Amino acid sequence: MARYDSLLGALGDTPLVGLPRLSPSPDVRLWAKLEDRNPTGSVKDRAAIYMIEAAEREGLLRPGCTILEPTSGNTGISLAMAAKLRGYRLVCVMPENTSIERKQLLTMFGAEIIPSPAAGGSNQAVAMAKQIAEDHPDWVMLYQYGNPANAQAHYETTGPEILRDLPSITHFVAGLGTTGTLMGTGRFLREKVPDIQVVAAEPRYGELVYGLRNIDEGFVPELYDASVLTTRFSVGPRDALLRTRQLIEVEGIFAGISTGAILHAALAAAGKAAKAGEKADIAFIVADGGWKYLSTGAYAGTLAEAEAALEGQLWA
Amino acid sequence: MAIEVRIPTILRTYTGGAKTVDGAGDTLEGLFVDLDGKHPGLRDRLIKDGALHRFVNVYVNDEDVRFTGALETTLNDGDSVTILPAVAGG
Repeated sequence: MARYDSLLGALGDTPLVGLPRLSPSPDVRLWAKLEDRNPTGSVKDRAAIYMIEAAEREGLLRPGCTILEPTSGNTGISLAMAAKLRGYRLVCVMPENTSIERKQLLTMFGAEIIPSPAAGGSNQAVAMAKQIAEDHPDWVMLYQYGNPANAQAHYETTGPEILRDLPSITHFVAGLGTTGTLMGTGRFLREKVPDIQVVAAEPRYGELVYGLRNIDEGFVPELYDASVLTTRFSVGPRDALLRTRQLIEVEGIFAGISTGAILHAALAAAGKAAKAGEKADIAFIVADGGWKYLSTGAYAGTLAEAEAALEGQLWA
Repeated sequence: MAIEVRIPTILRTYTGGAKTVDGAGDTLEGLFVDLDGKHPGLRDRLIKDGALHRFVNVYVNDEDVRFTGALETTLNDGDSVTILPAVAGG
């Protein structure tokens, strides 16, 4: 059945597709979970809708309320859609070095954007949103970095969907941002598949984004629990771009740049399993499609040109 | 044995502004001791109460050392070490 009462009902149950050409052998297979097939086109729809519904159940959100959220884009877009359908106002604090498509989409969905400085990246957006929340105690900050409903969405939906479609799963690979996808899906899979490897791919940006004044201004999301992970890789823009392009050239999947970083880590795990002569079924998250990143230059020219164009941008 | 270490902007006051420095050591701990000899004070910014500072991430060949033995992570000639402050994503 693929009929729903409203767009919100069409959340999740995304396809898991094999990548026969990128997989090293018939024994070591890669599987892509197409999260771009969600209502606003990203994995963040799951967290956004779960966080809103949890806040409604707790009585924090009532019609007419204002939601405030620090976001580099996708969570904001998901929240903006859900807020529109449920009758809330949305204010997003977003770093100014994110793509123009994200700003245009947020504005179209009716969200208001408060820009935060490029230097310091999302850290600055989080700090600013916390300050604004203090000034507006009646606004509701869902706070994706620490809201248990973010991880719970993946524990209840993403994890069970993957296990249903791939009972032989050996590895789960996803991007590390708020950590919600990895914590929720990872916890569920660890309970059901004892030897599962949970691999994090963390985007490594240009220096501007790490421009803190002091190490003590660093940030680790409250949701993060390292014991859920087997390992964690830092993936730079060059590798992320290379894999994003490979994914479309070899398997026909047009994904965003953070997915390239995730595929890079998935291929490393695949290579390791193949070398060790082990069977592996590796599922990874396609976080969103490439549409919102066309203006970054990631999909045009040489790899070196695309890498130069991404310098200083929050590309994941 | 040479190991290339990438230094984040906020710690370059210790390396005379250098983005990368060379170091030596069989383990990450050994590397930090070696680096501290050449760039005094650097080690104190990376380690707190005998463990890696909560807001410091260190990667050997792009893998987070907290999953490979932390300060006891073994190093080999030609390894690349990246030090970064922990920042928010999402």
